[in-house]
Order: sequence, then structure tokens, then C-alpha cells
Amino acid sequence: MITLDHAYLVVGLMFAAFSLLTLIDRTHPTRIRSALFWGLIAASMLVGGRIGDLGNGVLVLGLVVLAGVRKLGVGRPETTTPAVREAQARRRGNWLFVPALIVPVVAVGGTLAAKHTAFGAWLISDVQTTLIALGLGCVLALVVAWVWLRPPATAPFQEGRRLVDSIGWAVLLPQMLASLGAVFLLADVGGVVGNLISSTVPLTTPLVAVIAYCLGMALFTVIMGNAFAAFPVMTAAIGLPIVIHQFDGNVAIVCAIGMLAGFCGTLMTPMAANFNVVPANLLELPDRDSPLNGVIRAQIPTALIMLAINMLLMYLLAFRF
Amino acid sequence: MWVLLGVAVLVLGFVLRLNPLLVIVIAALVTGVMAALGPGVGPGEIWAAALATLEAFGKAFNDSRYFHITWLILPLIGLLEREGLQERARIVISRAKAATAGRLMLVYLLLRQITSALGLTSLGGHPQMVRPLLAPMTEGAAEAEGPISDKGRARIRAMAAATDNIGLFFGEDIFIAIGSIILMVGFLQQAGIVVEPLQLSVWAIPTAIAALLVHGCRLLVFDRRIERPSTATAAADSSDGEAAQ
Repeated sequence: MITLDHAYLVVGLMFAAFSLLTLIDRTHPTRIRSALFWGLIAASMLVGGRIGDLGNGVLVLGLVVLAGVRKLGVGRPETTTPAVREAQARRRGNWLFVPALIVPVVAVGGTLAAKHTAFGAWLISDVQTTLIALGLGCVLALVVAWVWLRPPATAPFQEGRRLVDSIGWAVLLPQMLASLGAVFLLADVGGVVGNLISSTVPLTTPLVAVIAYCLGMALFTVIMGNAFAAFPVMTAAIGLPIVIHQFDGNVAIVCAIGMLAGFCGTLMTPMAANFNVVPANLLELPDRDSPLNGVIRAQIPTALIMLAINMLLMYLLAFRF
Repeated sequence: MWVLLGVAVLVLGFVLRLNPLLVIVIAALVTGVMAALGPGVGPGEIWAAALATLEAFGKAFNDSRYFHITWLILPLIGLLEREGLQERARIVISRAKAATAGRLMLVYLLLRQITSALGLTSLGGHPQMVRPLLAPMTEGAAEAEGPISDKGRARIRAMAAATDNIGLFFGEDIFIAIGSIILMVGFLQQAGIVVEPLQLSVWAIPTAIAALLVHGCRLLVFDRRIERPSTATAAADSSDGEAAQ
């Protein structure tokens, strides 16, 4: 049976390959630091379960010092030229999309098979089934692409390193925020914020609670520019204790739609620079330096309507399923 | 009350654009220490609280390692990009036949939502798709119907960028292995609630459909609102005037 540990092994080996390839890349601007960063993530995947809680805490500090104090550089491993890519795109046609589509098909198919068939249940562990199936899909698709495209032996890892370098420290963001959420829960931050809010706005009906949660997600996201960061705070404060526990809202619906309410905030803030400021510069908009540039103004009507729709959907769906 | 200082650190750190990883760890330590603070608490207890917080953080970090399984897709996507994946996506988009700027963006919105829902978020994006392709194509479609003013041109470009963002945001959460879904799974696990990614992603579908309808309607109306130079406006005004007479 394929379990989470097998998946961790594969992921750990992949990050170890990234680390090694970075280490031998003499042109990499932050060669040693980047190699250590990917190496520590590999270590976390491979031996994280054996080094204890404090060991993992120290590992986190190491990662933060490596990536958080000064920027990680982006390596430029050898790859194909734009002209070659253009020619390949014309030659291979839409078949190029097929390996990429194997991934969601295997992920969803594997999840359903593990739930409903004996073979699936034998093949894939029932802990984090979807993610294991996803990993399986990635590996299968890579094998298919490898056999079909016949690249040089290290190409998939060199190309993977190119992409992971461009993501940089952000590979850790969701994991770090989920961990911060755990600390917030331990310290009862949610309880304190919840008391603070309910002393000003009494959250006495499901509708008011839903509005407060969605509005809070959007506002916090506008301030911080990141719905991910708003999620642990607002969900610990209102989503979990009030919408889910007090009024018995469906966990999956409340969280999924709450996050999307946060995305409405992302559409309205210059703090989300990647999405709202970078394109204004790329497209040379005349008002690109104003806080409410053309891209944000074009998004605000859709964002406000979608925020209202998200509140309505959460109210109508969460207490029914 | 003082535990809120951790939230304040988080907000301030993001607003000041400090590195988020650094901000998160500091916010966690501040929260943990503040929760332990009280009358008669000495440096020894504070040190112990900081250590306990680091342990709790490390435990949660280790518990949510499964997030990294999603990165297994990187070698595949990198390999396909090496063989022209993004160029192929551009060829597909450039063949889209749509009469007007608004309809062209509507087609793009739909494609962006579908590909994001299948996990192919890297097919779109501002440097890859909007700047080289979508913006010039929409401008071209608008110009085919008559000259456009500089203001109108800027509005078309801004709308093209907005359409890419909206398609991405309200499509990607349908894919089970996107950061936000994994963050939710991890956070809920820490709160003692087990949720499968598939359960969360299914409930992103109603909002995705609503976004397609809402932004799609705005795009269809958009064609009529594109600013044309004053001669065109004057002609339109005079014909309106004649009709009124």
C-alpha cells in the first residue's frame, strides 16, 4: 500500500536533487544558501518524523534564517531557447497538454477508487488519500512525459529547480501559516478576538456571523495583501468558534467560501503587488503608481459583487449540508 | 488580551513587506510568550514559554509536511515548458475567434478558470500571457471596430489584467492541491478536524460559476463602454440628437 511516508520519501529525494544541482551550479547567485534551504526541506521530508518537536522547531528557524533575512537568488540552469520552444510547440501540438492532464485525472480518480473499490483501497492509504493520489499522478505523468519527450537525464530536475527557485521562500508559506494557526489555537487568540468582536457586534444570528467572517477575511486581506495570512486569524476568531461550532455550519463549506471571500480582498488591494501592481507596470498603464491603479479599479466591481455572493452562498449552503 | 500582539506583529510585518516567513515565526513566538505572561512571571518562565512555542510550531510544521507533495508537479511542468507548453497555450489563445474585445476576454476568462481548476495555473499570468498576448489581442479587436482613445486603451489593458486575476482566483481553488486548500486542511487538522482536500475544492465550484457569470456580464457590457476619440463621440452624440429630434 502506498502511504504518506512513501510520498514524503519521493518528495524528499526531489528536494535533495534540487539541493545537489544547486550546489554544483557555479553560476547560482546564492549557491550555498539556496542549496542549504532546499537541503533542509529535503531533511524535513526524509527525517522530520524522527527529530522531535524541538528539532523541527530548530529546523524551521534554520529555514527562516536562510530565506527570510536576505533574498534567495534565482538560478538559471541550462534550458531550451524560445525559438526551440516555439518550434516544439508547433511540432508537438496540443499533445503537450496531455501529460499535465494526467495529474488531475489520477488524483481525482485515485481518490474515488480508494473510497469505492477494493483495489483502490489496497493501493492507496486512507490517510490523505487525495494527496497521495496526486503524488502518484505527478510521478506517472513525469514517466510518460520522459518516455515521450526523451530529454537529457537531469532535465526534469534542472527544470524543476528553475521553477522552485522562482517560487523561492513561498514554497513554505501555507505550511508556516498553518503552523502559526496551531500556535494561535493553543494561545486562544481566536477566543480573545471573538470576545472583542462580539462585545462590539453581537454575533447572535448565523447571517450576522457569516457576514462578519467574510467581511473580516476580505478586510484583513486588503490590509495584509494575502488571503492565506488572513485565514488562520479570522477562522480562529469567527469561522471556527462561531459559524462552525456555535451555529453548526459545515466545516468544508465555511472554510472554502471564507477563503474565496478573502480572494475578493486580494482583488482590491495594492498590497497584493504580484497580482495588481506588477501587471500595471508590465502594461505601462498611465496610473500605475497610484494606489488604486487601473487594474484594481477594473477589479473592484467584480470583487464587491463576488464578496456579497460569497456571503449569500455561505449562508444558504453551510447550514443545510 | 496581550496575545493579540502576535496578530499585530503579523499585520505590521505584512504591511511593512518584511519577509513573511520571518514575520510568521516572530508572530508565533510573541503570541506564545504573551499567552504565558502574567503577574510574577520571571525570565525563566518566559524562556520556557518561548521554547514551548517553538516546539508547538515545530510539531505543527512537521504535521503539515504533506503540503510539499504538491511540488512533485514541478519537474513535470518544467519539462513540458522546456518542450514548449506555454508557447502552445499562446498558439491556442491566439487562434481564439471572437468579434469584440469583451467577448475575447470572456473566452479567456473561461479558459483561465478551467485550466486553473485542472491545476495548470502557470499557463496564464501577466508576464506569460497578458502582456504578450491577451492585451494586444483585445486592443486589436477593439481597434478593428474603430479608433480608440488613450484612455480607452488603458482601460482595455487593465481589464485584460483583471480578467486573468479573476479567472485564476475563482478557478484554482477547484484544484485539490493548490496552496489555499492545503492551508485549510492543515489549519483544520491542527484544530482537530479532519477534512479531505476534495471536500473543500468541491465547494469552490458555486463561487467559480458565479464569478464567470458576474465578470462575464461585465465583459459583455464593457464593449459598449470603450472610450473612442472625440470625433467618434461627437458623431455618436449628433446621431443621438437627430434621433431625439
